[in-house]
Amino acid sequence: MPYDIYAEKIILNYEHPHNKGVLKDADTRFKEYNQVCGDEIEVYIKINNKKIKDIKFIGRGCAISMASASMITDFIKGKSIKEIEEYNVDTVKNILGMDPGPVRMKCATLSLRAIKEAVEKYKLEK
Amino acid sequence: MYDVNKIREDFPILKIKVNGKKLVYFDNAATAQKPLQVINGIKYYYENYNSNIHRGMYKIAEDATARYIESKTKFAKFINAGSIEEIVYTRNTTEAINFVALTYGNKVIQKGDHILISEAEHHSNLLPWLWLAKRKKAHLDYIKLNKEKTGLDIESLKTQLEKKPKITAVFHASNVLGSVNDIKYITRLAHKNNSTVLIDGAQSIPNMKIDVKDIGCDFFAASAHKMMGPAGIGILFAKKSILNNINPLFGGGEMVKQVNKYSCTLNDLPWRFESGTQNIEGAIGLASAIDYINKIGIDNIKKHEQNLVKYAFDELSSIKNLEIFGGNNEKNKVGIISFAINKIHPHDIAYLFDKEGIAIRAGHHCAMPVVSELSKEHSISRMSFYLYNTTQEIDAAVNAINKIKNKFNIQ
Repeated sequence: MPYDIYAEKIILNYEHPHNKGVLKDADTRFKEYNQVCGDEIEVYIKINNKKIKDIKFIGRGCAISMASASMITDFIKGKSIKEIEEYNVDTVKNILGMDPGPVRMKCATLSLRAIKEAVEKYKLEK
Repeated sequence: MYDVNKIREDFPILKIKVNGKKLVYFDNAATAQKPLQVINGIKYYYENYNSNIHRGMYKIAEDATARYIESKTKFAKFINAGSIEEIVYTRNTTEAINFVALTYGNKVIQKGDHILISEAEHHSNLLPWLWLAKRKKAHLDYIKLNKEKTGLDIESLKTQLEKKPKITAVFHASNVLGSVNDIKYITRLAHKNNSTVLIDGAQSIPNMKIDVKDIGCDFFAASAHKMMGPAGIGILFAKKSILNNINPLFGGGEMVKQVNKYSCTLNDLPWRFESGTQNIEGAIGLASAIDYINKIGIDNIKKHEQNLVKYAFDELSSIKNLEIFGGNNEKNKVGIISFAINKIHPHDIAYLFDKEGIAIRAGHHCAMPVVSELSKEHSISRMSFYLYNTTQEIDAAVNAINKIKNKFNIQ
């Protein structure tokens, strides 16, 4: 894994995030915080046939948390609820193409945590 | 002659390398580094007279007791308190303020009363009062920031004092803005309105001459670790007349003279407020820190910090897309410069500073109301200086900023 966690891809996703915004007709949403930094993110998910049909996010935070939200939301589209439940730190490392290290891992996984919680909420409500 | 290189030799940690670079420690507002004099003071205690204080009938316990009391005597003199009766040791500034809210506050605040703090307080001088107000159904009022957001608005102070708060609690130096309150003036105005006054001295104790008699405040809270002493020991100065009229928070060893099954007689001041075994090594380390500061001279430390602030301000002001908070009047500032770079999150800045071996702080600085006021990210970066920092280190920080801006494609 490369050492430079601020690779060009990360900076680009930070400057021009994908899937930024809200989904008014979302089936589930969840807001997650990173208490260390004060970062926050809210994900909106549309689910169809136990698969992610669409996803958007709003939030504020550092380049790592925002770029990873952009890239993870891209990745997550079309994936099944079951697949999402199995995603972990390694999934995030693979999506980002780098290992953010122990301190920044909380930033990098913020959006995935929010997505998992949103999906969990969806399951409980169904 | 202030010889910063000679001072640096007293601090072993300044020799370490971080990420292959010489450590530049710019997080002094969080905690200060420790000189050999403090480290050795504590080591000497552990190696030569470690024992419990107050009642040991043997030589080393007498030594430990004497050093503990001497620590208080030194601190009382350091801030010009009347006597050690007015010096209560706590764990930190936070505990000192909470202690006042839970004892004096609980006693005097009643339903409908007012408590006055400011918008720029550290959470430690906000939450104890917020909770006290909630417990008692009292009102918590805020002195506003001035228009420039560099310090407190004196007109707002005057307006709020018209509500006759029973307690006014404000910072001496802001951990975010770096600006210094005229606490003597604030105390005088508050006293005119029959308000008691607590000063949060966490950021002024390391670098400003404190004279509680001259200030006139009723309470002054501080931490040893910010003035090069160890963590885990804080100090509450409280006027004797007040301490005599409040009850201890904790019962236990040493705080009583005699105990029977259904009553007790409290010990004298200040011991009745220090139950159980105290942070003895902390007190001894604090005494060494006071000696060290006195050797350098607190006014020299202040002047050095102001020179660094001015230098940093001049250097940072010329950087495009960089905003400095708290104003540029170094005469009215401690060694704190908070800043933001357009479109780069403070946590990315702090992380990339670390790659250059420079330790700074980023975030809400435990003062969320004021930081939210300053930044829509609710987060800012802060460099804070102390007696061992140099202008060359500030140059290194400026280089780091330029590198980071390049990385983020910012002009």
